[in-house]
Amino acid sequence: MASKLTTSNRAGWGFALPGFGLIALFIVIPFFFAFYLSLTNQRLISPNPTEFVGLSNYENLLSIGVLTLEPERDDAGTIIRDDDGLPEYPRVRSFTRNNPDFPQYAGMQEWFRWQSGDTAKVVVATDVVFWKSLWNTVKFVLVVAPVQAGLALCLALLINQRLRGINVYRAIYFMPVVVSIVVVSLLWRFLYSPDSGLLNNMLQGLTFGIFEPRDWLGNPDTALGSIMAMSIWQAVGFHMVIWLAGLQTISPMLYEAASIEGASKWQTFRYVTWPGLRNTAVLVLIVITMQAFALFAQIDVMTNGGPLDSTTTLVFQTVERGYGKQDISGGATISVILFLLVLTISLIQRFLTRER
Amino acid sequence: MADVKLRDIRKSYGATEVIKGVDIDIADGEFVVFVGPSGCGKSTLLRMIAGLEDITAGTLEIDGVRVNDLEPSRRGIAMVFQSYAIFPHMTVRENVAFGLTINKVSKADKEAAVANAARILQMEHLLDRRPSELSGGQRQRVAIGRAIVRDPKVFLFDEPLSNLDAALRMDMRMEIGKLHQDLGASMIYVTHDQVEAMTLADKIVVLKDGQVMQAGAPMDLYHNPANLFVAGFLGAPSMNFIPVSVTEVGPDTVTVSSPSLDAISVPRKGRDFTTGQTATLGVRPQYLRPVGADAGMLHGTVVLTERLGSETVVDVKLANGSKIIAALPQDMVMSPGEAVSFTFAPDQAHAFPE
Repeated sequence: MASKLTTSNRAGWGFALPGFGLIALFIVIPFFFAFYLSLTNQRLISPNPTEFVGLSNYENLLSIGVLTLEPERDDAGTIIRDDDGLPEYPRVRSFTRNNPDFPQYAGMQEWFRWQSGDTAKVVVATDVVFWKSLWNTVKFVLVVAPVQAGLALCLALLINQRLRGINVYRAIYFMPVVVSIVVVSLLWRFLYSPDSGLLNNMLQGLTFGIFEPRDWLGNPDTALGSIMAMSIWQAVGFHMVIWLAGLQTISPMLYEAASIEGASKWQTFRYVTWPGLRNTAVLVLIVITMQAFALFAQIDVMTNGGPLDSTTTLVFQTVERGYGKQDISGGATISVILFLLVLTISLIQRFLTRER
Repeated sequence: MADVKLRDIRKSYGATEVIKGVDIDIADGEFVVFVGPSGCGKSTLLRMIAGLEDITAGTLEIDGVRVNDLEPSRRGIAMVFQSYAIFPHMTVRENVAFGLTINKVSKADKEAAVANAARILQMEHLLDRRPSELSGGQRQRVAIGRAIVRDPKVFLFDEPLSNLDAALRMDMRMEIGKLHQDLGASMIYVTHDQVEAMTLADKIVVLKDGQVMQAGAPMDLYHNPANLFVAGFLGAPSMNFIPVSVTEVGPDTVTVSSPSLDAISVPRKGRDFTTGQTATLGVRPQYLRPVGADAGMLHGTVVLTERLGSETVVDVKLANGSKIIAALPQDMVMSPGEAVSFTFAPDQAHAFPE
């Protein structure tokens, strides 16, 4: 079908070409390339020819199982307990290594376990680090998306007032957004520093020395939380501006009508502001979710995925495998999985927030 | 239902005073129209009554209570905005019931109130629609419905018909008039359209630069304007103003003349003149009657004719170069350049001192 767009519009296409070319070169082609690579055993540099391996990359990453361990019993059938009274279990590796009775667990490692009565359920996976990175990423998204969006909305409501010097506050909240994430990460590493860090000093000062200084980024319990806090702080200004733009599209007349009807502040927000922000909310939520799934720079600068893989994420693993370990096909596989994950979530969000 | 009293109401933004001491009495059940050119402060005054703008000085009483510092919602008013201000995400029913919803009125009472308002405005069939599915006139009806449900002491209308097209404006104008008859509530209505003012009002308040120029019944203002501004503002086409000089001042009349006008005695209406002073003579275009060339008081040549069928509007250039307009109550053919003479009844003319 020859439309006017394709036939007599050479100058237009000429202008579009650089943009199209760059998008194709750096986004479209690599995108399809990643799909292709994830089906091979390609390495970054290797003398061996590339082989097509089908879905085995996906199989390695995704295979997961639950192993039920019965406690060890003595000849009389009573459970053998250790000094603390806990039942003893056979070692997981006795099922996952060279055990022809359980071929489905071959080569797997323990991720985590829980007790169910006296039996223990052990979740085993071929690639435990991948599952940890997936879980960390999901945790990050689940915390950062609502908290960052909510905080940004609060800030937007605060700076949407006509007060003297309000622009100073707008600038202050927006400032971290324009600073490079690498610089921000380095600075926050100092803040979180275990011995002389600002955060430890401050908390100690505020609690008159009761607070024990801790290694925020060196402790698996606090590392991911610390990175979440810093990430929320860094990008909250950006979403604040989007909210602010949304707030300013709401007609002041509606607020006046609500005030004449006697709406309280909360009712005004609930019946006027929030419904007026519906489209903005969808945008903010999708953007934050996608940004949160792409978490990489903070990890790379602050923790390198550690300690004990407690802060490793999907994108970090992609880069780590593709370039660190030269396993390009493994990295590509993770990026394809991430793509499908984000796509699914965005579609679900679109569906849930659609116009009814 | 209640009376509204404004006593020396003032409003300043910094050093700029925009409302300069306004006194108005609005009786219970009266329909009052604030009219004036844009920037005269009529909307500001209405918003001050509503409580959307602070009152810098003066006293505002509704139903005998000073309400200067009360929240808008506690003044017993309801307001209809020019741009409707209906909530886009709510159905018509939810919009009309909004005030009741936030005041946690029971569902049954709410239903009854909405049904009543819908019946008065004949919009029962619209209740489940969303504002985006409504025309401008229907939206304004919803806004009025929301006001009715509040059962206010005073209705405030801020140029409610300005966003509607001409035909719809006439329909809605009549409906608002009928609504006033049915509800019998006090209403304050702001407009720049003098037709709305003339047709709807029990009392018109003409404002200019934050001051009341004249307040009174529409016909009173039309026939007895207190000053040049009111004389020129009300009536279409505008009143003709002819510069004259005063030749004689009598007890009830004043005699004026000019090079293009034979001496004429018109009612003085209590205004002070001194002999020899310059003044302005005002005659409405509708009161000019064409006469033969040897008779009449005003002589000139036709510049332009507009034939409207029922009326012919003639632009006439007088001998001294000034222009007047005549609105003749029949279809007439007059060609440009033709010499015409007009006469008018002296008691239908107004003299204003400079």
